[in-house]
Amino acid sequence: MASAVSSLSRSAGSTTRPLATRDALWLRYTLTAVALGFLALFLVLPLVAVFAEAFRRGIGAYFAALNDPDGLHALKLTLLTAGLAVPANLVFGVAAAWCIAKFTFPGKSLLITLIDLPFAVSPVISGLIYVLLFGAQGWYGHYLDAEQPWLPGLQAWLIEQDFKIIFAVPGIVLATTFVTFPFIARELIPLMQTQGNDEEYAAITLGANGWQTFWKVTLPNIKWGLFYGVILCNARAMGEFGAVSVVSGHIRGETNTLPLHVEILYNEYQFVGAFAAASILALLALVTLVLKSLVEWAHARRHA
Amino acid sequence: MSILARNLTKTFGAYTALADVSLEIPTGKLVALLGPSGSGKTTLLRIIAGLEFADPGSGRIDFHGADVTDVPAGKRGVGFVFQHYALFKHMTVAENIAFGLTVRPRRERPDRAAIDARVKELLKLIQLDDLGARYPAQLSGGQRQRIALARALAVQPKVLLLDEPFGALDARVRKELRRWLRHFQREIGVTTLFVTHDQEEALELADEVIVMNNAKIEQVGTPQEVYDRPASPFVIEFLGNVNRFATKAHPLPGAGSDVLYVRPHDVDILREYHGEHGVRVRVQHVFSAGNTGRVALVREDNGDAIDAELSRVRLAELHLVAGDEAWVVFRHIRLFPAGAFTERDVATEDATPAVADPGQGI
Amino acid sequence: MSRSHRSVIPGFGLSLGLTLTYLSLIVLLPLSAAFIKTLGMSWDDFWTAVASPRVVASYRISFLASLAAASVNCVFGLVVAWVLVRYPFPGRRIVDALVDLPFALPTAVAGIALTALYAPNGWIGALVAPYGVKIAFTEIGIFIALTFIGLPFVVRTLQPIIEELEPEFEEASASLGANRWQTLRRVIFPQLVPALLTGFAMAFARALGEYGSVVFISGNMPMRTEITPLLIITKLEQYDYAGATAIAVVMLGASFLMLLVINLLQKWSRRHHAV
Repeated sequence: MASAVSSLSRSAGSTTRPLATRDALWLRYTLTAVALGFLALFLVLPLVAVFAEAFRRGIGAYFAALNDPDGLHALKLTLLTAGLAVPANLVFGVAAAWCIAKFTFPGKSLLITLIDLPFAVSPVISGLIYVLLFGAQGWYGHYLDAEQPWLPGLQAWLIEQDFKIIFAVPGIVLATTFVTFPFIARELIPLMQTQGNDEEYAAITLGANGWQTFWKVTLPNIKWGLFYGVILCNARAMGEFGAVSVVSGHIRGETNTLPLHVEILYNEYQFVGAFAAASILALLALVTLVLKSLVEWAHARRHA
Repeated sequence: MSILARNLTKTFGAYTALADVSLEIPTGKLVALLGPSGSGKTTLLRIIAGLEFADPGSGRIDFHGADVTDVPAGKRGVGFVFQHYALFKHMTVAENIAFGLTVRPRRERPDRAAIDARVKELLKLIQLDDLGARYPAQLSGGQRQRIALARALAVQPKVLLLDEPFGALDARVRKELRRWLRHFQREIGVTTLFVTHDQEEALELADEVIVMNNAKIEQVGTPQEVYDRPASPFVIEFLGNVNRFATKAHPLPGAGSDVLYVRPHDVDILREYHGEHGVRVRVQHVFSAGNTGRVALVREDNGDAIDAELSRVRLAELHLVAGDEAWVVFRHIRLFPAGAFTERDVATEDATPAVADPGQGI
Repeated sequence: MSRSHRSVIPGFGLSLGLTLTYLSLIVLLPLSAAFIKTLGMSWDDFWTAVASPRVVASYRISFLASLAAASVNCVFGLVVAWVLVRYPFPGRRIVDALVDLPFALPTAVAGIALTALYAPNGWIGALVAPYGVKIAFTEIGIFIALTFIGLPFVVRTLQPIIEELEPEFEEASASLGANRWQTLRRVIFPQLVPALLTGFAMAFARALGEYGSVVFISGNMPMRTEITPLLIITKLEQYDYAGATAIAVVMLGASFLMLLVINLLQKWSRRHHAV
């Protein structure tokens, strides 16, 4: 499913077209108007609404709403979550792309499908499965309650530290990692597959060892794809709502991420506050789109 | 012997790429590994380079008398030039050439100045002195190929291996670069093995040609030997155009008909002939453009097609036009008994359009 | 590894080992927890959990709204993709980048923004309210949120295919006397069908599981506007873990089915375009 997300490999459309592929002017104008109207209604208008609602009571109210300790804490937690989930998925993505693109082994296409799996799972279920594993009723809960546990020292330590996973930060990070799991791998696998292995072979015949080959030859070749994947992964990690909502417990100032904070404020009818926080996330989305376009542009220029 | 490979077998699942292949390549020679695609030549080259491994338990490879069978590619001392160059796109030309030296462990690595000097020397050698700061994308195909060669040579390899080195270039650059490589290899004297499917390239460039077909070596010899004394029907058909006739005229033991081969330039056309070895033919078409004249003929007795190639002077003397009747005599014939054709040969020969296509000159 | 399979490129064991370990820990083990949990249920309990009227109503609304949203996206997504590839206009690059907004915008933000627009006192809601039409807090609201979410899937699946259409087909068709409409309908459209279906399936699959953008606009009335993912959350909040998991397993089944369909469609699409 990620192939729709990724458009790095797309080429830029040409502007001069052969005569037979040109449509009549009325048709062009009609279709362009329909497309732009649809996009304006469904994409632009909601985006405008976010900022309009945020500034409804004026700029002062907007900044007052932003200056909220719970909101700041939510922002910090969001950054922390993305800061853990994205690097983890980055390392995984590179490893997965390396073994899938550079080697042939049985079960490879099954592995690719399994990597895609989190895209197919509803965010709510992504949260639920971690509750089942780590919740009070789950396997982790049973371990903490066990009379004769496996590794009793660990159990005692976990109880003493009151180490919680669900309704705590670890659960939020895990659920976010699950939801953003495929992004970087799916970006790198096709990229590395099309690049082939010749440059790596060349490096190896010239005496480079594995790490030298990876750092000096492979990594520079995939850096744009990597960056692209990280941008997409990061946007989803910071914006994830459903999965995080299930595992967080919504404890203000503790387990609220920014999207959850938006929800709480909204449900308490603090609309300016909700939309002010939402505007931060919307800005983040716009920055993501700009960066993404820049990477596509840089990539297209390199391969022009 | 500089490269000695013995009993190499390589299978990919049910497919056999190399079947018990052995070869010897003398020091300092430029040797061509010639064969159609799928004949196993690239696999053989990559196994010699250490980029692939022969089947477990099979084969052994020596460089200059030392066993390198289990030596990893980076330590074998081979220079490998890839068909599509495999230049590092994100490095400049100079960085590409220096790569093999810069990745050496610190204590074996030459200092910066020595590396720079080596790069400069190589750039001069490949006659691209001023292009060190460019990136590969800014260069032409021929220039890239020379950079790839310089990069391979920077580490002073014991043997140089080239995979279809001119395959990705257009015809003119290919001719130029071919001549340049020949001269260059003589100058530095490194033992060189290159893979090609172009018989013209192999015959023109190499000191010795190894003809491969169906995972086996068909023949090894100088260009003249393989062309004039082909060891098998495959070799004669692969190296240039040839007329092929089934015959019962020379009955030999074995089933099926024997096959006669005559090169088009060994066919002589005569207006009048009174000897006993002539064949009565009808002229179908005269191709008078090009550096030799070619005539398409049909045998009167059985309708077999015969291609003849003669000098333009001779063609002009004959005044042939389509529909004329004439005689041909064969100056040189090669006969292979039916037994010389394995089933695989027949399969290949059907798949090799070069045999039937008179457009490919020698 | 046997010698014949060994590769010159290093790191196979390390990278595959890391991949499989991480995949198992983050994805496979947690997912299997859902199935293991339902194994502990009796068949009757399971059936009651997944087939009670309120749950079935939620399947119905999720399915129908997703179907409607994906269908509308097919029509408008095709137009948008066609316009973006074929008709240059000022600002095309910006519009093209904006198509990805639903991927980049957190769903909760989309949810409250759409609600603000379509609520009876919102910019659009107020326009239609005098005619007695309600959008937010009805099925229409769910449909609108799911349309927003699914749009990029159709556009981004179609765009590369339209870009790669060889002009020769259209030229051949025109030279054979077809008018532009016949060319579009009989030459171009059939070539887009596999990609269109793939985009439809992706948008549909995404819509089935969507939560964040829908929950604000749907009104969440049991039997009427309660989507299945919301019902799972409701059950969780009532500490009915078994019930929630049972519904989740049904949804996972549907998701895996969609994943299979999408894979097959992509395979078909690739083969279709290989010719």
